Amino acid sequence: MSDASGPMSAYAGTGRLVRLALRRDRVRLPVWIAGAVVLAAAGAAAVAGEFPDEAGRVAALRGVGGNPAVLVMRGTPVGTDLGALVNFRNLLSLLVLAALMSTFAMVRHTRQNEETGRAEMIGAGSVGRHAGLTAALVVVAGADVLLGAALTAALLGAGMPLDGSLAFGAACAATGLAFAGVAAVAAQLFQSSRAANAAAATAVGVDFLVRGVGDALGERAADGIRVTGAWPSWSSPIGWGTHVRPFGEEAWWVLALPVALLAACTAAAFALVDRRDFGAGLIPDRPGPASGSRALLSPLGLAWRLNRGATLGWVIGCGLAGAGIGTLGPAVDEAAIGNTGVADLLDQLAGGGGATLVDTLYAAMMNVFGVLAAGFVVQALLRLRSEEAGGHAEAVLATAVGRVRWVLAHLVCTAGGAAALLVAAGAGMGLTDAAAGGDTGVGPLVGAGLAQLPAALALAGFVVLVYGVLPRLAVPLAWAGLVVSIAFGLLGDVFGLPRAVRDLSPFSHVPALPAAEMTAGPLVALAAVATALAVAGLASFRRRDLSP
Amino acid sequence: MTDAIAVSGLVKTFGATRALDGLDLTVGTGEVHGFLGPNGAGKTTTIRVLLGLLRADAGRVRLLGGDPWSEAVRLHRRLAYVPGDVSLWPNLTGGEAVDLLGDLRGGLDGARRAELLERFRLDPAKRCRTYSKGNRQKVALVAAFASDVELFILDEPTSGLDPLMEAAFQETVREVSARGATVLLSSHIFSEVEALCSRVSIIRDGVTVESGTLARLRHLTRTSVTVEAAGPITGLAGLPGVHDLLEEGTRARFDVDSERLPEVLRHLAGFEVRSLTSRPPTLEELFMRHYGDAVMEEASR
Repeated sequence: MSDASGPMSAYAGTGRLVRLALRRDRVRLPVWIAGAVVLAAAGAAAVAGEFPDEAGRVAALRGVGGNPAVLVMRGTPVGTDLGALVNFRNLLSLLVLAALMSTFAMVRHTRQNEETGRAEMIGAGSVGRHAGLTAALVVVAGADVLLGAALTAALLGAGMPLDGSLAFGAACAATGLAFAGVAAVAAQLFQSSRAANAAAATAVGVDFLVRGVGDALGERAADGIRVTGAWPSWSSPIGWGTHVRPFGEEAWWVLALPVALLAACTAAAFALVDRRDFGAGLIPDRPGPASGSRALLSPLGLAWRLNRGATLGWVIGCGLAGAGIGTLGPAVDEAAIGNTGVADLLDQLAGGGGATLVDTLYAAMMNVFGVLAAGFVVQALLRLRSEEAGGHAEAVLATAVGRVRWVLAHLVCTAGGAAALLVAAGAGMGLTDAAAGGDTGVGPLVGAGLAQLPAALALAGFVVLVYGVLPRLAVPLAWAGLVVSIAFGLLGDVFGLPRAVRDLSPFSHVPALPAAEMTAGPLVALAAVATALAVAGLASFRRRDLSP
Repeated sequence: MTDAIAVSGLVKTFGATRALDGLDLTVGTGEVHGFLGPNGAGKTTTIRVLLGLLRADAGRVRLLGGDPWSEAVRLHRRLAYVPGDVSLWPNLTGGEAVDLLGDLRGGLDGARRAELLERFRLDPAKRCRTYSKGNRQKVALVAAFASDVELFILDEPTSGLDPLMEAAFQETVREVSARGATVLLSSHIFSEVEALCSRVSIIRDGVTVESGTLARLRHLTRTSVTVEAAGPITGLAGLPGVHDLLEEGTRARFDVDSERLPEVLRHLAGFEVRSLTSRPPTLEELFMRHYGDAVMEEASR
């Protein structure tokens, strides 16, 4: 450790902070990494079991490769050997996992420390101005490298070739690094860790969609199997991960892109550290109203005020993303005209309803928006827990506000936000589709968006339940509920899960509008499940102690 | 008239920890009651039970004649609470937080709100995240005292206030007390409790160890005496009830159990006393007498 002078003093204490961060994350990061390894190993085992011979793999890939909806959710096929199929099944979800792990860890060790005042205590010690950010970068980069190495080892262990296994691990590690950089900048810009996390996680979601658009428009090779993502996927760090093409013709140079992004973001983050005051964001606080407006003065008003910024951000983001997808419609239709086999296949996928290719794409995109709505719901409702842990709930519940009324205010706010988000996505898609000459229509797409709402509400019910019963574990359990719902519902076929298990996910019951026929039964059932879970959670919350 | 707060045999456990172990607390209507105890004695836990935020495991708890758990919402309209660690929404202004908390309770007196903001010198247009601990406490105090309620539950409300604000706080408590409100004041500041409270309860390890008027508590304990005579004072050490005797020539200082004071004075009458001062114990001395041995035990461990 250096003296208190000289350029190195800005980094004084970094080593200790690294050890502190590792101590705090000694369970969390290993769980993320172990989860990724299990995913990869299970994927490799499933592929080897289901498609032992080349002919079977070729048939399967021919079946799906021309379907833009599949490309959006799964990425681009790079070949026909076993590794390539593992890539097709698992790489994209592992890239997203690496991105989220890095994002949350980065914010946890930077802005969250500052916001809670822990960094103030630490900063008063013999610790340099850059030490906190440096330590966070070291820990997160280390976790990403470890994740990549563990994935490579898992794939080698499953008998995959060395080149592809290395590229696979490296792609995941590099995507994680890129988002570590993005989150490092977000943590400097936003004053609360909640806002920083939301911004960085939204970046992951938007990135996923942009890459999906690129892959959907991708170019198919002459063999009808390999697909190369179009330009939008080159503007996305997750897209870079897929462009490394592990187990295909590996493009190692692509790994330089996420590393360069990390370097640029790191430089920006350090520049921001030097320019802002401790605890502050970039936007200074201005005086606000000296008294509360009528609209604020109720539990619902307070809940809306607390969630307003995030909700508007999600709604606008989803509206814009929907609008972006709507512009693709005609292009996808043109692509399909030259390929009648694809049209037939899609018709089968959509249940023989005679759906067009573009409607199938929209249905797949609506699935993504359904997941985003569910993510919004989990994030917004976990506000209940942070209000309780932060002592704010105590202040409110010591007034003449009952516990049920307080929770319901947050539920109403969350459900309204989720509905608005889905309507925005559907309306955005419909409007640009119409403007580009498509004929799907705004009404059907808004309806398709709203059809996703009951599934999101089922997760809302689940969050209220875990919050009521196990408040201290509510945060990890709620997110685990979302991850399991995605894994069982949207990726269930990836893991070869039986129907009964996949049916546990609310997403498995949403009709694939606008490609499929509307069926009200499952939606009513989902709403009933949501209500039952919420009622059980409320009953438990009424009986338990408030636990800070 | 019923007591504002009547707690008997209150038990609250958290896992293996017994935070409250048969605690008793009675606060008469209209009284300002001091609630004392070292950190971790169970003061905040008791208050949270009184607010229906925690559920009692055993014992009887009545608040304003009702059950704080099952009738929480109805009772909360009649009380105001200032938590020990005031945590506010960072993106609301102080004024918004005052109005919100007041309104959720059933409404604020606007003129009183303005008067209190002035008295506590609080800028209501600032965001709560920019407030210091003392300013956050002022927000909670203004929100509480601007409400026309019967009962104030204050959990170490002045731990972050400067002496000027401490005076403003005491003035405000006297005002609400004068109009008949009841105040439960948990505090570590003995001068504040001595200045404001007519009765006190002292708790330790979740049990009430003393409760009563300050006068009665003082009577139960010792008086400090300093005496100077023309010649050496002999025989003090042998008198029952005399403690901590310190003799310096013709001066003697000692504590005496209050009920033994008459005998000691009769003994002193046999000497040519030049000066004599006696002082009732301060609250701090009372408190230390109850906890001093615990401190010693800790130290000898």
